[in-house]
Amino acid sequence: MSTTRRSSSLLRSSTYRLGPPIVVFLVVLGIWYAISLSLDPDRQFLLPTPNEVIDVGFVNQDNLFQVLEGLLWTLAVSMSGLVIAIVLGMTSAIMMSQAKWIETSFYPYAVIIQTVPILAIVPLVGLWLGFGFTSRVVVCVIISIFPIITNTLFGLQSVPASFHDLFTLHRANRLTRLFKLQFPNALPAIFAGFRISAGLSVIGAIVGEFFFRKGIPGLGRLLDLYRARLLTEQLFTALLFSSLLGILVFWGFGVLGKMAVGKWHETT
Amino acid sequence: MDNVSLSVKPGQFVTVVGPSGCGKSTLLRMGSGLLPVSSGEVRRSDETLGYVFQDATLLPWRTVQKNVELFCELRGFDRGERKQRAKDAIELVGLSGFNRHYPAALSGGMKMRVSLARSLTLDPPLFFFDEPFGALDEITREYLNTELLRIFALAGFGAVFITHNLYEAVFLSTDVLVMSSRPGRILKSFKVPFPYPRHLDLRFDPAFAELTGEVSEVLRDE
Repeated sequence: MSTTRRSSSLLRSSTYRLGPPIVVFLVVLGIWYAISLSLDPDRQFLLPTPNEVIDVGFVNQDNLFQVLEGLLWTLAVSMSGLVIAIVLGMTSAIMMSQAKWIETSFYPYAVIIQTVPILAIVPLVGLWLGFGFTSRVVVCVIISIFPIITNTLFGLQSVPASFHDLFTLHRANRLTRLFKLQFPNALPAIFAGFRISAGLSVIGAIVGEFFFRKGIPGLGRLLDLYRARLLTEQLFTALLFSSLLGILVFWGFGVLGKMAVGKWHETT
Repeated sequence: MDNVSLSVKPGQFVTVVGPSGCGKSTLLRMGSGLLPVSSGEVRRSDETLGYVFQDATLLPWRTVQKNVELFCELRGFDRGERKQRAKDAIELVGLSGFNRHYPAALSGGMKMRVSLARSLTLDPPLFFFDEPFGALDEITREYLNTELLRIFALAGFGAVFITHNLYEAVFLSTDVLVMSSRPGRILKSFKVPFPYPRHLDLRFDPAFAELTGEVSEVLRDE
């Protein structure tokens, strides 16, 4: 009896969580059909119906594989960029946390990386580093490093003064303080930064491909190609996979964060 | 602070009461080395010091066991020694069975007990208490007062205890010092004659009330 109650409440809670988004999905689908079917037949290519998108983009295996291959390639670029951004970002944040002069010297430039329009830098990166994999990864790093630097630095510096007192009383050195106090204290903020940066690195990979056309085409290159050839069904498929990739990466890092700090910290 | 001097021996429980802002906490912070001593000197026979703050200051990412091990860890004790000392200290404060809990799952009173256990692992000859029970409700405070005296009797350390609760001050101590504010001076010191172990009923003893009244009067007159 208690098991049935538990399973029915589980059912109810998942209905609450999944119900509303599903309703929204169905409504959007309905509007989509309504607009698409109300268009002139010779203008319908601008917004093909969902089932046309499925026919061309998913059922046609050649088209599907092209998009999936692009997806994998974009994933590889963005994750390489993210890993580099994590290593560089955390290292620089740790250094900034260790000496005020390092922070005041370098932090302004971290802000500049964030505020300069990425579309203005991308062509330059291409000129300097070529139009292949390296440049795409560099764009990902540029676009995703800032949240890692700020979040790590914030976490390392937001240790309560009374915790520092404990370590002072017992003569902890700088490294002990860093590893046993500041770093664990920073973990929730660091993982929040990872999550933001992971989403940004996917965007960086896609944006980079609009400019760098050498090598295997990723999702960005495909989006541009389908747009140029007015292959709207495939364009929609590629768009769908781009956002799925973003969601997947965001969710993945959320789970990772929960695993790391969920026992003691409420992650949203 | 002006011309403040106090000394504590093991087995002595000195409480400092005074209005807020009179420098009670500063006294402890200077005595422990957390603040540089502006003038005067601090002498301690042993460098090891127990220190319980107003806030339990437990690291939220460590379990009770790991929190209690922290000081031994910082002082380089080996793993086995550390574990054993933490286990004993947790038992002493009556929290066996909570070793694997995280601080967030504990009540305010339990957190203070963990905080106390953490310092007990080093077996310090001297303990500083900076209003440790100030944020707790009256019932929990009374309970922890008796618990603290039980541990004081067992561990035999000397204590400097800061509070603005006069009943707590008289109940716990061998000596009560009354401080004034700006400049912080010691107005008067009282010897508390009641023998240990003390029971909570002591608070309703006329002699207890009389002494508390005298302390209160000095504090009011300042």
